[in-house]
Amino acid sequence: MGKVVVVTSGKGGVGKTTSTAALGAVLAQSGKKVVLIDFDVGLRNLDLVMGAERRVVFDLVNVTQGQAKLSQALIRDKRVESLFLLPASQTRDKDALTEEGVASVINTLREKFDYVLCDSPAGIERGAQLAMRFADEAVIVTNPEVSSVRDSDRIIGLLDSKTLKAEQGESVTKHVLVTRYDAGRAARGEMLSIADVLEILSVPLLGIIPENQGVLRASNVGSPVTLNEPTNAAARAYADAARRLQGDDVPMVTPVEKKGLLNRLLGRRVA
Amino acid sequence: MKLLDFFKRGGSAPVARERLQVLLAYERNNRNQPDLVAVLREEIIAVIAKHVQVNQDDVKITMDRGATTSTLEIDIHIPNAGIKASPAI
Repeated sequence: MGKVVVVTSGKGGVGKTTSTAALGAVLAQSGKKVVLIDFDVGLRNLDLVMGAERRVVFDLVNVTQGQAKLSQALIRDKRVESLFLLPASQTRDKDALTEEGVASVINTLREKFDYVLCDSPAGIERGAQLAMRFADEAVIVTNPEVSSVRDSDRIIGLLDSKTLKAEQGESVTKHVLVTRYDAGRAARGEMLSIADVLEILSVPLLGIIPENQGVLRASNVGSPVTLNEPTNAAARAYADAARRLQGDDVPMVTPVEKKGLLNRLLGRRVA
Repeated sequence: MKLLDFFKRGGSAPVARERLQVLLAYERNNRNQPDLVAVLREEIIAVIAKHVQVNQDDVKITMDRGATTSTLEIDIHIPNAGIKASPAI
């Protein structure tokens, strides 16, 4: 039985889709069978970030409504053999997904895959709630910024009340993934530190992804950053996070500011 | 004092942390509960409307949440002509 992991955040634009792609790709590279499901009905983007936008024939809604078989809708990644994508629908009908339909798809995928990663839409509405509904674990993507942390807190509340696990008296295992972390700004007290975020949210840390230009380069070319530039700092942080998700004990490295010679000589940078 | 401020000016992150802690403490307590301010506002207006005609636009309600206590300010402009005749007994 595979694990169902929702990648969620509440706030938009914090890196859910990027993180789903990056984590999924390393998990698959390490030999796991992984499927990524895009739950953002109407605004699908995981296909684009994965570079599979021209290969979408059927989508999640087609499968839940019986217009296509699950095997027809799954897109196999061209780089990693054990990585698959189930794209979201472009329909504008927000009620296109039903709980029963999603349950059936997830239960089938859970039998065949080691990891089912659900890329949640932003917000706390139906789409986000369906994405987390059947999750065993949750990766809460958070930027060190007030509105993102507040929305993460709200999402944690939903994970503890609206998921099937919560209703059955169990709990979804939660992890915080801090993205777009700028070590220099945190050191200068201009950005919430990792300790601040963890103290406020009280959820264990899965990883710290530093702000990195390689992330945008990867999405430009349609490849998860972990495959596109595996040695870059963000990719390595995602790889560590993926190992922690599998239960490995990987020491947490807080990124430090790389100061150039000029900045060193000038001392503290003035904003 | 200004000089002290200059040296103390570390960054805005501690302010962010404190604001979040106060806000989230409140939001966690009030999750799945009716909004207290909305309830108070409606009930207070209902009581006053029994005696005077009050335009909804003339009611100003402000709330200031602190870490341990909050203040609720209700400012109602009652037109002098709006006092209803007391009901005949």
